[in-house]
Amino acid sequence: MDDGKISSEQVRHVARLARLQLDDVEVEALRGQLDAILGYVAALDAVDVTALLPSFHAIPILSPLREDVATPGLTRERALAAAPASDGEGFAVPKVLEGA
Amino acid sequence: MSEPSPVAGVVDTAEAVRAGEQRAEDVVAQHVARAKARADLNALLHLDEERALSAARAVDERRARGEALGALAGVPVVLKDNLCLDGVPTTCASRILEGYRPPYNADCVERLIAEDAVIIAKANMDEFAMGSSNENSAFGPVKNPWDLTRAPGGSSGGSAAATAAGIGAVALGSDTGGSVRQPGAFCGVVAIKPTYGRLSRYGLIAFASSLDQVGTMTRDVRDGARVLRVLAGHDKRDATSAVEPVPDYEAACAAPVSGLRVGVLRAALDQVEDPDVRAAFSAAEQSLRDAGCDIVDIELPHAHHGVSVYYLVATAEASSNLARFDGMRFGLRVTGDDLLSTYERTRAQGFGPEVKRRIMLGTYALSSGYYDAFYIKAQKVRTLMVQDYQRAFERCDAVLSPTAPTPAFGLGEKTGDPLAMYLADIFTLPPSLAGLPAMHVPVGLGQASGLPVGVQVTTPAFTEVRMLQLAAALEARSGYVCAPPALFGGAG
Amino acid sequence: MARAYETVIGLEVHAQLKTATKLFCGCPTDYGAAPNTQVCPVCLGLPGALPVPNERAMELAAIAGLALGCDVRSESRFDRKNYFYPDLSKGYQISQFEHPLNLGGHLTFLVGDQEKTVGLTRIHVEEDAAKNLHGAGGGAATVVDFNRGGTPLIEIVSEPDLRSAVEAEAYLRKLRDVLMFLGVNDGNLEEGSFRCDANVSVRPVGQEEFGTRTEIKNINSFKFVRQAIDYEVSRQVGVLESGGRVVQETRGWNDVTGKTFSQRSKEDAHDYRYFPDPDLPPIVFGAERIEALRKAAPKLPEQLRAEWTSEWGLTPYDAEVLTGHPAIAAYFGEVAGALDAGGREPRAEAGKRAANFIQAEVLRDVKTSGLDATFSVPAADVAELLSRVQAGTLTGKQGKQVFSEMASSGEGAEAVIARLGVQAPISDTGALEGDIRAIIAANPAQHEQYKAGKTKVLGFFVGQVMRVTKGAADPATVNALLERLLQE
Repeated sequence: MDDGKISSEQVRHVARLARLQLDDVEVEALRGQLDAILGYVAALDAVDVTALLPSFHAIPILSPLREDVATPGLTRERALAAAPASDGEGFAVPKVLEGA
Repeated sequence: MSEPSPVAGVVDTAEAVRAGEQRAEDVVAQHVARAKARADLNALLHLDEERALSAARAVDERRARGEALGALAGVPVVLKDNLCLDGVPTTCASRILEGYRPPYNADCVERLIAEDAVIIAKANMDEFAMGSSNENSAFGPVKNPWDLTRAPGGSSGGSAAATAAGIGAVALGSDTGGSVRQPGAFCGVVAIKPTYGRLSRYGLIAFASSLDQVGTMTRDVRDGARVLRVLAGHDKRDATSAVEPVPDYEAACAAPVSGLRVGVLRAALDQVEDPDVRAAFSAAEQSLRDAGCDIVDIELPHAHHGVSVYYLVATAEASSNLARFDGMRFGLRVTGDDLLSTYERTRAQGFGPEVKRRIMLGTYALSSGYYDAFYIKAQKVRTLMVQDYQRAFERCDAVLSPTAPTPAFGLGEKTGDPLAMYLADIFTLPPSLAGLPAMHVPVGLGQASGLPVGVQVTTPAFTEVRMLQLAAALEARSGYVCAPPALFGGAG
Repeated sequence: MARAYETVIGLEVHAQLKTATKLFCGCPTDYGAAPNTQVCPVCLGLPGALPVPNERAMELAAIAGLALGCDVRSESRFDRKNYFYPDLSKGYQISQFEHPLNLGGHLTFLVGDQEKTVGLTRIHVEEDAAKNLHGAGGGAATVVDFNRGGTPLIEIVSEPDLRSAVEAEAYLRKLRDVLMFLGVNDGNLEEGSFRCDANVSVRPVGQEEFGTRTEIKNINSFKFVRQAIDYEVSRQVGVLESGGRVVQETRGWNDVTGKTFSQRSKEDAHDYRYFPDPDLPPIVFGAERIEALRKAAPKLPEQLRAEWTSEWGLTPYDAEVLTGHPAIAAYFGEVAGALDAGGREPRAEAGKRAANFIQAEVLRDVKTSGLDATFSVPAADVAELLSRVQAGTLTGKQGKQVFSEMASSGEGAEAVIARLGVQAPISDTGALEGDIRAIIAANPAQHEQYKAGKTKVLGFFVGQVMRVTKGAADPATVNALLERLLQE
């Protein structure tokens, strides 16, 4: 039943964007839960925000930029230490097709 | 002054070790022993006895050589498992990071070590700091030391439970929407969420970057103040860390509060049903009045939108922050037929249900066609909430409110209803969204529940001094001692 | 009959900013290091690591914007572009989407001898992706090297103002030139520090609205840009002429087959979910800061050419040659400036002297690579050498000899002069007069010609004097003496 705020198709689309494999049971469960949450947040629709700017940070931040000076990084051994797969030089990943 | 806690805290431990009255190694050994004895709490994910003892011995050796020791000499620390500790498992209580050992230290870890603190353990938590009960851990829920059938709160539930149980003198947590304050309330410990930017987030595994702050959990206010002073300050590795001077927070704890104007959210308070929470609030209000504060009624007209704004903003940021957990460079990889299925399987098996739910909500809120209606709209309502506080602080110096609408609820009580769980954060969300410092101060045990209750103090940005001043006054007048009966036996 | 079509091209150029370190971390950006040796928690996207913008990168981007006539914004912002790919460490690329540093702008260049101006949409700052090393380690898997990941780039987006592959190439060459002279980019196409995506469409001549465009990605040579666009135009015309429709898509360029090919991945509906990066506050460059950058920015080739032809005595051709590379221009600037500072001759003379010598001697064995150039003799040494010629203590010919020795031995002018025993030119009129009188007397026929008005024979006499004095006579003195004595 796709008669709420979000359809099963939308749930599948969002899951694809987020790279989450979901089975049909999970899709339906999430559809219901997201529907309830979206129903709750719909209360924001009534708030007048005309002429307001969004607050991406609540407090103005004036932090200095970084000087263009090299700092020590990781050795290759340490960089690759946690890799699920590596050839000793780089991170081995499932084959990437050029242009895929 | 209140009775001392049964287990020495930060200041007492550091002063004893500095004075040579106690060896750091002995202190750490005692805490490690308590941690082992209370494995039933499931508060810790990793206890590194050898590493901790050797770090403690190094502190003792430095003292023996006549070197001056730091402000946290020999102080045993528990770290929430979303803070990176070089070479030590750091999992965010998630399968996707099981066994992951970061190759670097978080900024706050460096600062602790520089002051001779000793990190003894990593604390359990809600997976990726998403939760209010610590039931979302991939490694099992944490139990509340005051009542093992109850939740310790979340997401820093392991940190709160450990602190209440006398494991570590201080635990670091992280607070995105109440994640140190609410478990602080459930476990009866002091929990400080500093101003956004006060502490570096470098090495704190992100949940929602515009809200996350490292916070402290201690058994009294002065302990929190000392640790805060060590952790606060600009870090050039975090572009959102503030360039603000760091005052002497510990000294602030002794300053008188008379004449301070304390705002009370009378209308919101009327909606609280729990008798213990109401009683704790009234007692706190009265004790501040007795201390010479002026109590003024204030309003935050948009605060009730906090849950909606928070769950859109925080999940949107989280959906992007958690994209790096993709099985390519570190952590779990579940290999599929091709790249796409490897991504999808890794993340499906690596993340738990609440994390998936939030990634889904956040991805949706940012997706084409919904961005303006959800994400931008929420950020604009957030502006209204910021403005509410600006107006309120024209009339008062601090806002006093409950921290959580109820004392610790039962394990399993709310797990079936995500939205009901989200509402547990109703008082802690508005200060988070406004970036303000806020802390939980326990004031006693509820008559009905027998569980710890307390209040939240919120002050303007970078006025932690005033917040601590009020918290210390509340603490001193409450007579509360953090001594859970399950741990120490008899009445607390 | 086939209809006539008009080509419409817009270019997106990714130019690497010439910084020492990456855009958001302190890892070096050196090209050619062993894989994964210039990495840290930030550029590997490890949990808990945070980006901090590189100040120099932002300055270089602003300098580019100022030079290209952009509106350089006092407040810009970084957004996250969310998508999954193994060369993207965080699951998002940090890029300026909604509030770029530079808006608008334009670039004027020559196509043949026609001037053309192309509008710019924007120039924004973003981080580069890592490099997928395909087929490494047995060929089955892809191996990722994060050395390049996080390198600072500017993306220069043009309006769809270009009308042919030739124009596109001229635009790119000029753009590269400008960025190199500003010190913003090293112009090194082979190393991938200047890459181009081309948006190409065709429409029947006279039609107002644009045709459906395709985007050809990552072309890394001027020749291939021309070839790829030409191929794509004929492909699109072919599709339309056969009654088909051009599909809007991303295409790759295969330089072996000389063809573009479809890169569309069907399963991926692009939705990048851009939003402001909550790890990064806005970048604020106040008006004063922008003005200071404008003042400090290096001069562009056309500015240099205008100055050099009007004040420094250069011909347009000389100026063109000497602005062929920023390091050569700087070399000339240093030599000419030093000669001018000596005050021995007018600026135009000093400029000409420097220009002639550099073109004749120095440029013979200059090697350039990116922004770097290797000169056999440093500019300061050439300036010193030429100031001796200027002062008359060396003849021009001696100067060339000494230079050639300096280049091969690496010694300074003074050392070479001392070692070879080069004599100062004879400028003592008394000493030369005898020789000159004898030469005139020995060549009466030429003397008569001179007196009859054939002043060209002066050269003959100069040559004779030089031969007799073995080149050590000061040419100016010889000229003056000859002119006087030949009249007698």
